[in-house]
Amino acid sequence: MSSHVFRPLFVIIGLVGVILIARLFIVPEDFGVHERGYMYGFYRKSNENEWKAFPVKYKFNNEYCKACHTGQYDSLMQSAHANISCENCHGPALGHPLNPTKLKIDKTRQQCLRCHTHLPYPTSNRATIRGINPDKHNPDIECFMCHNPHKPNIGAFRGGTQ
Amino acid sequence: MITRRDLLKYAITGIAGLAVPTAAIQVLSSKKIFAGKGNVSNVRWIFLVNTYKCVGCGLCVKACKKENEIPYDANVTRTWIERYVITKDGKVFADSPHGGRDGFIMSKIYLGKGRYQDIKEEDISKAFFVPKLCNQCDNPPCVQVCPVGATYQTADGVVLVDRTWCIGCAYCIMACPYGARFFHPVYKVAEKCNFCYHRINKGLKPACVSACPFSAREIGNIQNSNDPIAKIIKTERVRVLKPEFGTNPMVYYIGLDKEVR
Repeated sequence: MSSHVFRPLFVIIGLVGVILIARLFIVPEDFGVHERGYMYGFYRKSNENEWKAFPVKYKFNNEYCKACHTGQYDSLMQSAHANISCENCHGPALGHPLNPTKLKIDKTRQQCLRCHTHLPYPTSNRATIRGINPDKHNPDIECFMCHNPHKPNIGAFRGGTQ
Repeated sequence: MITRRDLLKYAITGIAGLAVPTAAIQVLSSKKIFAGKGNVSNVRWIFLVNTYKCVGCGLCVKACKKENEIPYDANVTRTWIERYVITKDGKVFADSPHGGRDGFIMSKIYLGKGRYQDIKEEDISKAFFVPKLCNQCDNPPCVQVCPVGATYQTADGVVLVDRTWCIGCAYCIMACPYGARFFHPVYKVAEKCNFCYHRINKGLKPACVSACPFSAREIGNIQNSNDPIAKIIKTERVRVLKPEFGTNPMVYYIGLDKEVR
């Protein structure tokens, strides 16, 4: 057969060879089949450690907060809000108290209304929480101006028994 | 006119030439390919959601977005809460505004495109909240469709996405029957819940589990016979989402209703 058939064939074979050699350098050594088999475990192994090294932001450890903010911790623990972790309102405490030195507190109405909007759902736990109608219950002012989130009981209005 | 000798010669060189690239692409033993799920790990993460306890506050969604650096105002989230309201005449209403990030602060149901549905209190036959997240399926369809090996299942059962390897083709987003995957607006790759892989490997609980004030969300290890959550799943009546898909989810629910899809 004439060479005009073979010449492009050699070019193709050459290209395949170049790709295969390049592949040796590009594909990482730990890329391949791992514990879960070919179908679910065909991946780059070192990515697992990359995910493990992802920075933690929330401590979600009230004992950590207690070490400095003992008073606030104690009052919260005696209240009906004891099940709410500090960082849910105070924000993630990564690096605190060094950086950031102050945490940004979520004091918005929306934060309280997450639970305290009255929703008449008889078959949900939501019905057991005391709720208000946000359109009618002092819609123009923030909740914390009357209620202390660390002492949410009705008897402990601000200016009262603080 | 081609001779017999020439035909054989060309056929042999042709076949040999074709065999070179095929053989060199990947040397995989058939044992490895068919080994499937030889799970030797003594950790297998499982998740338990109690819909009776959930009040729809959305603190889990808020904590998840901040912990996992998901753009807060983008309408994408790794975990979300769905509200179901079923009326006495059998109508099912469901919504999840912003994935429940700000909780459910209105009794109106959001229908999309700025429209709301008001439901009278006396018409409600049952209403509840269902938190959802990636099911870390035992047979993850999202992993099967990945053309580049960017998403995979670790030995402890968690499905992860390799951000440097993902090409953003979004096949996996299409393949997930639970809609748990989305496109990360910053990294431009597929993104999903990974049970806070960085936290559970440090002995911490996932952000959503710790954020929940009502213990509606729990994590456990099904391989550990002393694990309290594993015990609940083994001894109590639990259900998974869409079992008919054969994905074998690792997120179990207490109090799941037939209206929940």
